[in-house]
Amino acid sequence: MNTMSSTTINQVQAPEEKVMPVTEKKPEDTVLEEGVTVGTPFADDPKFKLRDVEVFYGESRAIKKISLDIARNEVIAFIGPSGCGKSTFLRCLNRMNDSIDICRVKGGLLLDGQDIYDPKRDVVELRARVGMVFQKPNPFPKSIYDNVAYGPRIHGLANRKSELDDIVESSLRKAGLWNEVKDRLDAMATGMSGGQQQRLCIARTIAVSPEVVLMDEPCSALDPIATAKVEELIAELSESFTIVIVTHSMQQAARVSNRTAYFHLGHLVEVNETSKVFTTPEHELTESYISGRFG
Amino acid sequence: MTDHTSQAELVRRSLKRRYRKERRFRAYGIMAIAIALTALITLFTDIVGKGYTGFLKTTVTLEVTMDPDLMYLDDPTDSKQVRMADFVSPLVAAVDDALPGATADDQDALRRLINPYASTELRDALIENPEWMGTTRTMSFLVHSNVDVYVKHKGDAAYSIKLTEQQQSWVDELRERGLIETGFNDVFFTNGDSRDPAKAGVLGAIVGSLLTMIITLVLAFPIGVAAAIYLEEFAPRNRLTDFIEVNINNLAAVPSIIFGLLGLAIFINLFGMPRSVPVVGGLVLTLMTLPTIIISSRAAIKSVPPSVREAAEGIGASKMQVVLHHVLPLALPGMLTGSIIGMAQALGETAPLLLIGMVAFIVEVPEGFFDAATVLPVQVFLWAGSPELAFIERASAAIMVLLAFLMTMNAMAIWLRKRLERRW
Repeated sequence: MNTMSSTTINQVQAPEEKVMPVTEKKPEDTVLEEGVTVGTPFADDPKFKLRDVEVFYGESRAIKKISLDIARNEVIAFIGPSGCGKSTFLRCLNRMNDSIDICRVKGGLLLDGQDIYDPKRDVVELRARVGMVFQKPNPFPKSIYDNVAYGPRIHGLANRKSELDDIVESSLRKAGLWNEVKDRLDAMATGMSGGQQQRLCIARTIAVSPEVVLMDEPCSALDPIATAKVEELIAELSESFTIVIVTHSMQQAARVSNRTAYFHLGHLVEVNETSKVFTTPEHELTESYISGRFG
Repeated sequence: MTDHTSQAELVRRSLKRRYRKERRFRAYGIMAIAIALTALITLFTDIVGKGYTGFLKTTVTLEVTMDPDLMYLDDPTDSKQVRMADFVSPLVAAVDDALPGATADDQDALRRLINPYASTELRDALIENPEWMGTTRTMSFLVHSNVDVYVKHKGDAAYSIKLTEQQQSWVDELRERGLIETGFNDVFFTNGDSRDPAKAGVLGAIVGSLLTMIITLVLAFPIGVAAAIYLEEFAPRNRLTDFIEVNINNLAAVPSIIFGLLGLAIFINLFGMPRSVPVVGGLVLTLMTLPTIIISSRAAIKSVPPSVREAAEGIGASKMQVVLHHVLPLALPGMLTGSIIGMAQALGETAPLLLIGMVAFIVEVPEGFFDAATVLPVQVFLWAGSPELAFIERASAAIMVLLAFLMTMNAMAIWLRKRLERRW
């Protein structure tokens, strides 16, 4: 018995040593300078102008002096290993971090030149302009119609039933869902498949006609076919919206985004044209990450 | 290879042990349920077995001759004459007629066979139908409570029979001739309390309980739900809210009689509200029920998945809209269940109501929130402590009525939860 278990351990350990030879310098050991980003983080007349953004959870600093511009109607992908702060940074853009008591945000965050974190700023108005799609499909336990109509209703975007019907139809069409659900708009949204639910959530978000759509790993709970549909949708939506997408899948970032930002331990390491990031990354950490050496 | 088989053998042996453990665990569970069920069945059989006679009344059918000379009454519409008239004698005469063996000396013993309130019934019937004067009519009256006990519990050692042997033989004779019968006790459901067990009913207590519950529900549900929503959704997390939370949890564990003392001191002594009224009872029970409702409502709000909240916030719903449109509808079934359980607790509560005077002997059925009243559990308490044995079966019957109310409320809670529950 003893001999057997010891061999098993040896077998498991052997390949690990091959992958990571002790002589090579580990990419994680690279010392990053705060506030320094290689590539092209800035743009002219940006939608979002973010300068020296820091986020604290209690005592710990989750985001360390990140500066970035997000251009109008671009699709920018945030990539990076787990816990690098990409979701936290995304949630700063429409103040979804507000509900976390211990979370504090410092630095300059401007949307069209206006401070997002101005105490006088109306969060409701901000979120109507900067919509969000979440990791897990989260339709309301209501009918499909009511899910899409909810945003327009609370914001008073439609005066008549017919106007509301039009908004619901066009949103569902944009989300590529209309043909699948037009005969059962009164059915419960929670009875749909995962991929349909996520597209419904996107339809619900765009029904408010936001200027920016934030997507926090929108495909991580979906199968490949549903993922392909959502990616197609993102490509179509990029014509009319600015899209910021956090993703764990580098292929997805490569497929859907114009620019890619690589995050590492709260630092923004590199921002470049997506094609450049995935072919000739400037920073060694980015290269290690996209070549799968860690993550 | 040998290692492999021995390991499989080990697993198989441990499996056997595991299955044995599992079976033993299941047996414990079944035993626990069996004990609980036995206790429940014993309780119910005892209550129903002792109490079903409370739902029966004993009546005697008599040929009453309304003789003006015997009654000193010519005109039943004349209230002065009615006040002076004798309504007992015709009844006694009727019993006498029904029992040929009785003599003139037995008048007193005969009179004690009929309910003391029978004469009042005769009077009321005559006032309504003055033309009956001078005629002979067949009428039914309640028997005396001693006769009632004798008819229902003859031969039961737990009940002492207070009839003389002669009276017993008369009753037996009347029963054989079908003149004394037992039937459904409508009196029990149409009367308030009474000194006479045969005339005592639970209507007063039912109405009192309903009035008290209305006050409790109207106050406790909105206050409790509002407090829960504020504490869960809007209140900042700090020492003050922590302190409030700890105190609410403590209040839920405070013995109910303390709430009765508080009600006595605050509502009656300080605010000068009347004693024995449903308003004060309702206020006291509100205080008692609030912690239960707040705690269960907060648990219901907490169980709403954060994804729904985030989804609404993500489209730009305000805090109010998130709570009203999404959190409340999903939390409502849990809130209602908690509230109904709290209300059921309040319905069965006796101790705090004793202190605020709802234990008084009240004959009238209350007509409003400020009428003196008693409630079902207190009525049970009163009758159960009564020296007259005929009240014991009334107490059991009242317990059954109370249980019926509680079961209805619990059934309502389940139905509401099923109806309002939405899956996501």
